[in-house]
Amino acid sequence: MSESLIEESILSRPTYGTLAIAPGLAHYFVADASGAECVIRVAQAAPKGFMEKVHILYVPTPGENALITALYALGAKRFEHFPTIDDAIARLGDWLADAKMGSQLYLAGTEGLIGQAVAKGEECGLDHTAVQCEHRGSLARRVQCVHCKTMIEKVTTQPVKCPSCDLLLLVRDHYSRRLAAFQGVCINAEDPTEEVEIREVFK
Amino acid sequence: MSASDHLIPVVVSKVVEVNSIIKRFEFKHIHGNELPAFSGGAHIVVEMLDGSTKRKNAYSLMSSPFERGQYAISVRRDDDGRGGSKFMHEKVEAGMKMNISAPVNLFSLDLRARKHLMIAGGIGITPFIAQMAQASELGAPFELHYAARTAAQAAYMDSLQDRFGDNVTCYCDDAGGGPDLAELLSDQPLGTHVYVCGPKGMIEAVVKTATDLGWPAAHIHFEHFLSPPVGQAFSVHLAKAGIDIAVGPEQSLLEAIEASGTPVNCLCRGGACGQCETRVVTCDGDIAHNDHWLDDDQRASKQFIMPCVSRFRGERLELDL
Amino acid sequence: MTIQFRNETFRNDFTYANSPGNIPRFPFPFPEDVYMYSTNVEPHHATRAGSPFEHAFDVDEHYVAEMKDRALVLADDPGRCQALPHMETAGWDFVELVMVSKARDYPDLFELTIDGDRWHWINKPLQIDDTFIFGDSSALPCHPMEYIGRQVQGDHAILDQRDGNLWLDAGIITAQADWSLDFDVGMNFFEWHAPVPLAHELGVFQRALKFLLSLPQGQPSRRLNWTLTVNPRLDTSPENYPKWGPDRTTVTPENIGEKIHLRVELQTFWRLPRSNAILFPIRTYLMAMNEVVTQPKWGRRLHRVMRDLRPELVEYKGLSRYHPILVEWLSQFDDGAPTSPGIFPD
Repeated sequence: MSESLIEESILSRPTYGTLAIAPGLAHYFVADASGAECVIRVAQAAPKGFMEKVHILYVPTPGENALITALYALGAKRFEHFPTIDDAIARLGDWLADAKMGSQLYLAGTEGLIGQAVAKGEECGLDHTAVQCEHRGSLARRVQCVHCKTMIEKVTTQPVKCPSCDLLLLVRDHYSRRLAAFQGVCINAEDPTEEVEIREVFK
Repeated sequence: MSASDHLIPVVVSKVVEVNSIIKRFEFKHIHGNELPAFSGGAHIVVEMLDGSTKRKNAYSLMSSPFERGQYAISVRRDDDGRGGSKFMHEKVEAGMKMNISAPVNLFSLDLRARKHLMIAGGIGITPFIAQMAQASELGAPFELHYAARTAAQAAYMDSLQDRFGDNVTCYCDDAGGGPDLAELLSDQPLGTHVYVCGPKGMIEAVVKTATDLGWPAAHIHFEHFLSPPVGQAFSVHLAKAGIDIAVGPEQSLLEAIEASGTPVNCLCRGGACGQCETRVVTCDGDIAHNDHWLDDDQRASKQFIMPCVSRFRGERLELDL
Repeated sequence: MTIQFRNETFRNDFTYANSPGNIPRFPFPFPEDVYMYSTNVEPHHATRAGSPFEHAFDVDEHYVAEMKDRALVLADDPGRCQALPHMETAGWDFVELVMVSKARDYPDLFELTIDGDRWHWINKPLQIDDTFIFGDSSALPCHPMEYIGRQVQGDHAILDQRDGNLWLDAGIITAQADWSLDFDVGMNFFEWHAPVPLAHELGVFQRALKFLLSLPQGQPSRRLNWTLTVNPRLDTSPENYPKWGPDRTTVTPENIGEKIHLRVELQTFWRLPRSNAILFPIRTYLMAMNEVVTQPKWGRRLHRVMRDLRPELVEYKGLSRYHPILVEWLSQFDDGAPTSPGIFPD
């Protein structure tokens, strides 16, 4: 088990907990491959009848089937899987558009998935304080270049080069829930000739 | 600093007997000026000069937030209370000059809501009358469920149904009782916010039912209608001011502090907003914590008190004021 | 009193300057010879005729030029003005507050006629003459917040109040000291201030929030904040950091007096009536070091404040590159004499 090890940081940086069943009329789970085990853990400990109220969206790692089978076998009311986070989040929006108050949202996996699902939940009227999140897997970050507004996915280095405007960005801990992204700000704006070593830090 | 430091002089323009226990009071600015705009759910503090006693009670504004010419409040008569509602019912008449505070809103609509679900009990209807006017104007979906003991005591029930039609559902205890909360709260679209104002039992039932169904706390809003309880007289030492003050049986500790000229923050005057939280320096006796603000640990510690509603019985109480 | 509006720029050739008569009315932010964070809030009521605290929304000789600079920023980056969907009522509250205040405080410059819902607004310095129905956004060329935000100096954030917190849900921000509205919009009070060092540990934001949550209608408050900026540039946004960042390397002992500007924010806080939101104007005043030291008290005090500034704050405010030479330069204006309390010049 690769439990999340996120260091204490500034107050805008999200923190994560451990998924646990909350009272609700319907339960929506969204997970990627690194978070699938959390969904399975919750389902296996669930009281009888719980799975009849469960809806699962899953984003597998390409080519991987075992977890799809395992999640399917949980017997949820609905189970769908999508090749990309974007597709899964779009489907979450469809589901939540018809949802009622008393719906619980549970997210498990990487920060990119969690962040985008939280943002979609808020867009659909589900307060972020009510969403349960469990972080698993890579600490790679989704980063917004503050200069050209490009979203850079799966950032593992500090700094990172913006693929769009070519500026070298310091990845800050400052996090926007609305954008589901960390902030990237030019690291050598004052003296662009300054050389900065690029290191892999978000593993 | 508090809203009631800057009072607005008004004249009572109208007093209407709504039913046997409720009267409506309308106020206009003393010079005919426009009164401040406000948002649905706001209250004003009404200053009552009853002989040598100065009382300040908070009442929800029920007039439309878009009506700047006058304000309206409704007061339910409480013969067992401190005398504020009795004063309003017996002494206040049209033409009288009074002072009120600017509106303060501790029970506002969450303007992000997809739908506003309002649940009122008895006199708790008043903030919703202003909120419904606001929601209608904004084109926001809303639904009011209004319960009263008897049809005769159900203030404004008919007029609200005329004004807001199917958005309003009424219930009377003498005709079958209140709404089925579990059913009501199980069938609301995601993004609904629920608001409840009424008797303590009703508020607790709504909060519990919604929470058990999985509503997030951020979507549940309530306003307790709490007026300061009466009790035995007691005295208090204000440490910073270096004075002893006496609190009368029908006076709140907050009013006694204000009467001494000692500055103290406050907003709701009903034990809900937390602004008047005061540190206790010495407590040799028992504090009757009547507020909704302090948690159990804070109460047990005897280190905090909410002067707007809480009282004391014992040898000595010393406050950090 | 008629204001002579200056024709000046805040970019490229930087022709911005304060006329001699404008210097003593600068809101110098240091009431003492040392600086540390504090909430330092006081009631925003009329104080000292001629000072920036005389009126609700101060209008000075830079008004017209600042509004031109704002238009340039918005044309280049519309994301500097954003309002979440539930913030329209608050936008209209903002319109009312500014129009009523300015027409009352500067009757020679602004006129407002209200006939029921029908409002007629004349802004003479900007040559605006508009009639509209109050509350009907379709009658305006843009969101009400943007409409009035283009006519009032300073950045404006609007904070929605709910769940015992304040949420940065709208703003028109074109003259900011290095924070991004586009990134921060939707954040609560603690999240949006998260990058500020030291203050959280000191409980500054907890106290400020408690104060703001209970801010009454009709009783606005104010405080001053400050930083330093190289060149009189209003738009020191993170978006444009690559444009203004290099300015920091251009400071030399010879050009400090003209290059480095004391940048003061007069922040005010207003409870808005219909939305129950809080309007947070952040009005920026810029003054070159050469202008500041024309007031001997300010020269002495600024030297002491800069010399003793905590290293975390030197770093956070972006002063590291030139802080030592600035302290050295300022020392020539400090003869060690005592200074009088308060911010106003002697």
